[in-house]
Amino acid sequence: MNKSMKRRVFLKGSLAASTMGVAIGAGLLAPQAVLAAWNEAAFKAKSEADAIKAAMGSATTAASDAIKIKAPDIAENGAVVPVSVTSTLAGVESIALLVEKNAAPMSAVFMLPKGTKADVSTRVKMGKTGDVIAVVKAGGKLHSARKSVKVTIGGCGG
Amino acid sequence: MASTIKIRAKASNGVTTVKALITHPMETGLRKNKKTGDLIPAKFISEVNVKHNGKTVLDAEWGGSVSKNPYLAFKFDGGAKDDTIELSWTDNTGAGDSSSAKIR
Repeated sequence: MNKSMKRRVFLKGSLAASTMGVAIGAGLLAPQAVLAAWNEAAFKAKSEADAIKAAMGSATTAASDAIKIKAPDIAENGAVVPVSVTSTLAGVESIALLVEKNAAPMSAVFMLPKGTKADVSTRVKMGKTGDVIAVVKAGGKLHSARKSVKVTIGGCGG
Repeated sequence: MASTIKIRAKASNGVTTVKALITHPMETGLRKNKKTGDLIPAKFISEVNVKHNGKTVLDAEWGGSVSKNPYLAFKFDGGAKDDTIELSWTDNTGAGDSSSAKIR
């Protein structure tokens, strides 16, 4: 009895140690290698303008009625806010989705090849009440739209 | 391990609608472990690629502010029943997965 108990403790200990090792190894080695293609500057940017500039090449956007953002007026849970962006603009190349009040506003960038419709949906986290911003690149120009979402419980806290 | 991706695609009137759910923690790297006070390391999907019969129909770059277990839906022109839709993702730690489905 006593012996088997000890064995159990030993097994637990070694298992925990090995998972830790794997976690640390993955955390230290992998990121630099894979992030090369990923637009780090855009996603690390702290301001809306910097993020748009890094992702889309320019921070100048024209407000457009041809972009529709579908998001709830009041989000009960900021951790899961469904957002859809549709646009009737011609020749849409990419759509960026930003959350104004988050520590890093850039949330997602969608690159749409020819034939893919300007109609994307996803779910984002929102730290607090603020605007959801969609920036659409069409025909080399930037257009934007925003919609305010009231958040009752933030989604970025611990 | 079971696939982390659930993907469905449906073609109607020449337009295919793709919907996908990915199982992923999407940690921003800003959250703290309540017990120890240590930051939970960032782990989020940074790139998503969707192919229709081998041709890319959507490329996405995500940050940590996309919700846990991300949902993605979009539409593209063309696509027919029994065509293949393949989705693959990579996260910031280098992990990834891919899965394919037939258009219904």
